[in-house]
Formats: sequence, C-alpha cells, structure tokens
Amino acid sequence: MAAPHTTERAKTTLAGLLLLSVGSLAASHIEDQAEQFFRSGHTNNWAVLVCTSRFWFNYRHVANTLSVYRSVKRLGIPDSHIVLMLADDMACNPRNPKPATVFSHKNMELNVYGDDVEVDYRSYEVTVENFLRVLTGRIPPSTPRSKRLLSDDRSNILIYMTGHGGNGFLKFQDSEEITNIELADAFEQMWQKRRYNELLFIIDTCQGASMYERFYSPNIMALASSQVGEDSLSHQPDPAIGVHLMDRYTFYVLEFLEEINPASQTNMNDLFQVCPKSLCVSTPGHRTDLFQRDPRNVLITDFFGSVRKVEITTETISLQVDSETTVNRYKEDQVDEELTEPLKYAEQLPVAQIIHQKPKLKDWHPPGGFILGLWALIIMVFFKTYGVKHMKFIF
Amino acid sequence: MAAAGAAATDLEVMRGKRAALYFAAVAIVLGLPLWWKTTETYRAPLPYAQISGLNALQLRLMVPVTVVFTRESVPLDDQEKLPFTVVHEREIPLKYKMKIKCRFQKAYRRALDHEEEALSLSSVQEAEAMLAEPQQQLEGSLTVYIISEHSSLLPKDMMSYIGPTRTAVIRGLMHREAFNIIGRRIIQVAQAMSLTEDVLAAALADHLPEDKWSSDKRRPLKSSLGYEITFSLLNPDPKSHDVTWDIEGAVQRYVQPFLKALSVAGNFSVDSQILYYAALGVNPRFDPASSSYHLAAHSLPHVINPVEARLGSSATSLYPVLNFLLYVPELAHSPLYIQDKDGAPAATNAFHSPRWGGIMVYNVDPKAYNASGLPVRVEVDMVRVMEVFLAQLRLLFGIGQPHVPPKCLLSGPKSVGLMSWELDRLLWARSVENLATATTTLTSLAQLLDKISNIVIKDDVASEVYRAVAAVQKAAEELATGHLASAFLASQEAVTSSERAFFDPSLLHLLYFPDDQKFAIYIPLFLPMAVPILLSLVRIFLETRKSWTKSEKTD
Repeated sequence: MAAPHTTERAKTTLAGLLLLSVGSLAASHIEDQAEQFFRSGHTNNWAVLVCTSRFWFNYRHVANTLSVYRSVKRLGIPDSHIVLMLADDMACNPRNPKPATVFSHKNMELNVYGDDVEVDYRSYEVTVENFLRVLTGRIPPSTPRSKRLLSDDRSNILIYMTGHGGNGFLKFQDSEEITNIELADAFEQMWQKRRYNELLFIIDTCQGASMYERFYSPNIMALASSQVGEDSLSHQPDPAIGVHLMDRYTFYVLEFLEEINPASQTNMNDLFQVCPKSLCVSTPGHRTDLFQRDPRNVLITDFFGSVRKVEITTETISLQVDSETTVNRYKEDQVDEELTEPLKYAEQLPVAQIIHQKPKLKDWHPPGGFILGLWALIIMVFFKTYGVKHMKFIF
Repeated sequence: MAAAGAAATDLEVMRGKRAALYFAAVAIVLGLPLWWKTTETYRAPLPYAQISGLNALQLRLMVPVTVVFTRESVPLDDQEKLPFTVVHEREIPLKYKMKIKCRFQKAYRRALDHEEEALSLSSVQEAEAMLAEPQQQLEGSLTVYIISEHSSLLPKDMMSYIGPTRTAVIRGLMHREAFNIIGRRIIQVAQAMSLTEDVLAAALADHLPEDKWSSDKRRPLKSSLGYEITFSLLNPDPKSHDVTWDIEGAVQRYVQPFLKALSVAGNFSVDSQILYYAALGVNPRFDPASSSYHLAAHSLPHVINPVEARLGSSATSLYPVLNFLLYVPELAHSPLYIQDKDGAPAATNAFHSPRWGGIMVYNVDPKAYNASGLPVRVEVDMVRVMEVFLAQLRLLFGIGQPHVPPKCLLSGPKSVGLMSWELDRLLWARSVENLATATTTLTSLAQLLDKISNIVIKDDVASEVYRAVAAVQKAAEELATGHLASAFLASQEAVTSSERAFFDPSLLHLLYFPDDQKFAIYIPLFLPMAVPILLSLVRIFLETRKSWTKSEKTD
C-alpha cells in the first residue's frame, strides 16, 4: 500500500524538479534577452574632439581637449577612430615656458601632450566648414583617411567641443561662429545617412546648454557645462605657465573618467552628477529626451571606450596541402640576395643652386583692381576740380 | 502769369506723381522678382516622384531551376507530361517597406542521354564530375536531377544531395502525386541553396526595425565596392622566437583562389606585415592543472584595441579593412590557449570580431626548445593557419551554414573553399542590401532637401541621382528575370551613384543666417530706396482719395 504512495510522491517531486529546471532555464533565457536588449547595438566607437579657440590665453581649451583625448585613448579608442581638431598649438607656442608639454594640473603634474598625440586638423584647418564636412562626410576626395569620420550605422560617436560660446553659437578661431541650428542640421544629415548609432555630445563653453536646444534627430544625448545665461569658469591658473590650465567642468569630468577602466560598468547617470554647482559655479545641464535607452543602462564605455564584440571561431575549412613549396622558396631567397645594392642618401640641400641664384624675372601683370580704382579716383577728382577743358593738355 | 505758374506747378506735380508711380512699378515688377530669383539656392531638377516610387518597389527575386528527370524516377504517365514549367512564388514576410517576393521557376524536362549515363554511375562525385563539364551555369540558377527511388547513387537513408557546384540530386517517387511531392522537395533544396528568409533578413538587418538581437545578423560585412585584407604576424618576443612565415606562398595558394571565386562581390587587395614587440593588452592567467596560460572569454574584447593602434591598417585605402592577426605568444606565456565561456580551451585557438577581422594564437611546439639556445627558429604551419583564417573570412562575409532539409547530404566545399551556390547566396543578399541602401540614400536626400532649404544641387549631382534611380530600376528588372550577375552589378552602380550624389562636397548646407541677421543685411540696402517710394505712394493715394471725396462733394 505504501509503494504507490511513494511512487506518487516520487512522481510529484520529479515533476517539481523538472518544472524548476525549466523555469530557471526560461528565467535565464529571459534575463539573457533582457540584458541584450539594454545593451547598445554598436560595433565600433568614434570620437570627434574639437578645440575652437586660438591664442595663448586660451591654453585651457587645448588642455581640455587633450585631456579628453587622452582618456578616450586610454579606454581603448584607437587613433584611427579619433578626429582631433586643435585650433592652436600650445605645446610649441613661443610663450610656453615648458615647450612640448601641455599640462592639465597645477604644479605640472600631468602632461597631456604625450609622445603619441595625433592631431588631425590643426591651426587654421579648424573651421566651421571643415567641422561640418567631417560630420556630414561631404569631404573632397583627396582628404586622407585620418581626417575622415568613417562611421557607419553601428558606430557610437562622442563629440566634444570646447571654446568660447554664447547663446546659440560657438566661436571658431575668433573669426566665425557655428550656430546651434547648423549643428542640429548637421546631426540630422548624419542621421539621415545613418552615420551613427548613438551620439554623445559634450560641450564645455559659456552658455553651453543653448547649443543642444535645437537638436531634433533621435539617439542623441547631450551634456553641457552651463545653462543659458551662465558662464563656464576656468579651474586654476598656474603661476609658472601664467595661464589657466583647465576649465572646471572638464576638470571634474576628467577626475571621474580617471576612475573608469575598460571593464567598468558605470553608467551615464553618474556622469550627469559630475561637477555640481558647488564645485563648478555654473549649473551643468543634460538632455536625454532624444535618446531611446534609459541613461541608467548606458555604460560610460559605450561612448568613451571601445569594447568589441568577439566570438570564438569554432569552424575551420579543410585545405589541401601543396608540396611544391620549399623548392620555390629557396630560389626566391637566392634571387633576393643578388639584387640588393648599397643604399645612398639623396642630396639633401642643393647648395650650389642656392648660392649662385640669379634673380628670377617676374612676369608683368596688368595692374589689379585696387590700383585701377585708385587712379580712376584721382583722375576723376582732378577733372571735377579743374574741368574737362584741361583734358587736351594731358593727351 | 499766376495761372501759367499754377499750370506749370500742376504739370510738375503730375510729372512727379507719374515718376513716383513708375519708380514703384519698376521696383515691384522688375526688382522684386529679380531679387528673389538671384537669391534663391540653385536646385537642378530631381526626379522626386520616381524616388518616392522606389520606396514602394516590389522586388521579385527569380531563381531559375532546371529539373531533370531520369527514366525511372517518376511514373510513366507523369513522364509523358514533360517538359513543362511550374512557378512557385512566395512573399517573404519581412517588416520592410519594399515587398520582396521569391519566385522559383522550375523548368521540368527529361534527361538527355549523357545525363542518364552519368547518373547511373556508382557515386555522386563521379556523376558530378561527368555532368559538370558541358554546362556553364549562370549565377543564380540551379539544376536538380531526379533519380529513381532505389538508385544507389546516394547512400541508402539520404533523400537528397547538395553539391559544390550549382547542382543537387533528389530521389524520385513512384506515386500518383509524384510531381507535387517532388516539387515540394525541390523547393526545400532550392531554398537551402539560394534564398531563405534569414539570408534576406541578415542582408536587410540595418533597415529592419530592431526587435531581435541575434548575433548572426550583425556579423556580416556591409556591402562595399572593395575590401582590403591584411595578414599580420605579431611577435612580441623576438629574443626567444625567430618566427618566419611563408605568407606570400600561402596567399597565392589558398587565399587568392578563394578571393578569385569571390571576385564578383568586390575588388580585393591583400597585404601582410610582421610586427615585433606588439603585445596583447591583456595578461593571461596561469592554469596549474594544464600548466598553460589561458585567456578568458570575457577579456577577449579588450585584446583588440591596443593592437589595432599599431596595425597601421587605416593609412592605406578607403575600403573596409579586414585584419587577420597571428600571435605567437612570448616564451614566458607559452603555451597560450583561448578559453570559451565554459572554460574549455577553444579547438581552433582563434576568435573573430564582426566587421573587424580575426586573431589566432599560434603556440610554438615545445619540442623545438630542446634543440638549440634562444632564439628558437619557428616555421609557421601555413596550412593550419589558413584553414582558420579562411573560415573566419567566410564568417565575416556572412557565408554560413545553410538550413539543409532533413535527410540531405551536403558535400564539402571545393578546394577553393567556396561553393558556387554560396557565392550566389552572397550575391542575392548583397543585391537586396545594395538596393535597400540606394533607396534609403535617395529618399534621405529628398527628405533632406525638403527640410534644409539652403542646400545647393548642382547639375552633376542631379545627373548622378538620375543614374542611381535608373540603376535601381534596372537592378529590380534583372532580379525579376533571374539574371543575378547583371542585377548585382546594377545594384552596385546604384549604390555608388547614390552615395556619390549624397556625399558630394558641394552639398554642404550654406551657413545658416538667423532672421535678424538677414534683416540687418537687407535694411541698409533697401530701406533708403524704399522709404521715398513708399512715402510718395502713400501721398499719391491720400491725394487721390481726397480728390474723389472732393469730387463727390461737388456732385
């Protein structure tokens, strides 16, 4: 009598175990799917870092950009995927007391201009037109690959801009400006051609929040160092170098990034908390309404680092072995040895041409517009004052 | 005298009024349209209607299948109905704006004498060898041979066989409904060899809404005109290992035939390099059980970035680059194995990253260390390496394992490493992808021109757009008639033209002028001219109204 009872119990426990295992399997499958859903769908990362100011007293903007460049490289984005635009050269500026260095900390603790800085757009090449061309991809065909943003629809792009700005514009090179509408249109063109998967836009200028007000393309997250009507302040001057070294917002962002390593799981909400008003004096702002994912699920390394998706290769194909190889190789080695010649340098300085140079005859050009206009003015004034009857004395 | 003076001033006043009226007329009739015409952005006419028509294009992908029946494959009365053609059309259920229909056009016929002879040989390979010679098959077409139910050509339990060229063999059936049943089997085999829903879904992965995140869809490279393949040998420890590899010979023997078979899909260029003192960015962990070093699966993503900076692959060409790295670990970290997620060492000791390339770790044979002192001369076994690299290359291109129907024997690939119908599948997927990309680009261009009003369209850009539209339509036609090769070329031309039109440097939107700046420019030019005209017009109008009321009063 007890036997069927125990088999009943055994059956129920077996069924229970089975259900439990199936349930846990299903749960882990759902968890897997959920994890995948929150992960970004990007396969590569790009960064466009722009410093728009020129002149020695804007040292801090170059230091800002180079610090972000350094962090981004440390977290894994290679130089081939970084477009660095610096509007002036601070490291080799004649006013730099420590040449070939750009410091970002007081007492010269951290030199962000290391040995492997690759500047893609330098000095006068940093213009609004070039910047827009880089973003939209409408680059003349002769541009080298390092100056292009070759992103595709699976790229996450980080765009960092710093300089002097105002309500709705950012000043480039002290002579032109880019407005927030142009920037929004450029991002829309990028979106239409699917040149990005997700975009993070960080701006450290005065009234920076005005620059992201007009964005209307999806998948853009924006951070700014100050609201409209506020100024972004610089952090600390260095008495030895004589200028301010960094801006406050970027300084604290950098402190935050120094703690991130390629495997960390810190998310964007922490980046939004960086530099509260007590430290920064201005109020940093951010905009996430165009972004599809929740910032809580966006990892910092989704934009600042470059984590690749990898798969283990499990298949191979079978090839037939060829046995005639060795004979060919020996022949090639012998041929190579015969062909080497002693190398010599080409003439570096054609001294003879320089010393005995004859002055070149310049071609005669007809006088240009200014000269013609000037003479026309002089002649007109003369005839107005003295009357036309004097003409016959001239000709 | 006074009357004459009054009449003279009257005349003057009339003349003044007329002059003011003529000024105003010229300014408004001539000046305003002239100003409008000269300040508008030049837009060459574009075929907007045709571009929006492309979105509703119906793609019909036709696969011509020739079905050859041998003598005993089907009952006699069915055999007498031959030859005829059956069409099987199916819509692919994808959430894409273009409707895609897949059409298998089966032409049934009787076997010719030499075919009967070939199919009565003892093994499939011999039969194929005999059948392959006289025919030159078009890309995209398939030939299916139906043999008798009890033929010994195929092994006993196998119903069908898919060969490396575009041929397949299926067992026939002596049954009343023979044609229907065989027809269904043919469709199954033909779908495995040409088009299935997942092939098209993978091709269109970028254009479909993201509701499934399978890794298969993100693996293939995007369609491009050409590719650059770089083989690099990384030797971090030249003091201990003197590594040489016969890369030129290996490329010539194994890689070039594969690339030649794929040459329809794009231009390929191959280079190679050797990098010394290039280390992986990750420290491997020592496993005392097997006394070897292991790289865990979760640390593999961090391996690629420190190495990529040194590869120099970006300096060379504008085509997408595929990097294949062979890493010979240092003496201190030998032997090095890659662990998969379960902790077991991977059989191939290699991993790959979608749209980037692959890395293989080559462990030096421990026996080589006994002989002489350091550095040890290492001769890389190129066959083993190339087997892995070519398999990775296939995966990166999206040439994966097809879904074969049950009880089907799949032959291994030819020595080249690529079966002809795998190339066809790639071309189908690429053609559809190219057409989708070209259509999206043209539509985006039209939408952009709508949204941003100050983009200039020059004539050559307009001609590129016309060319792209014509190429898309031609590609769709060629796909509908089953000419895969010309359809692929037309689709590539469509993509090139549309990209050239979209990314033309002249399309940079003219710098934006806010409205208050526009006023600031025009007011100093137009206001001094406009104020006298307007004031005189107002005065003329007031005076004429006064004279009307006066004349009414007098009446």
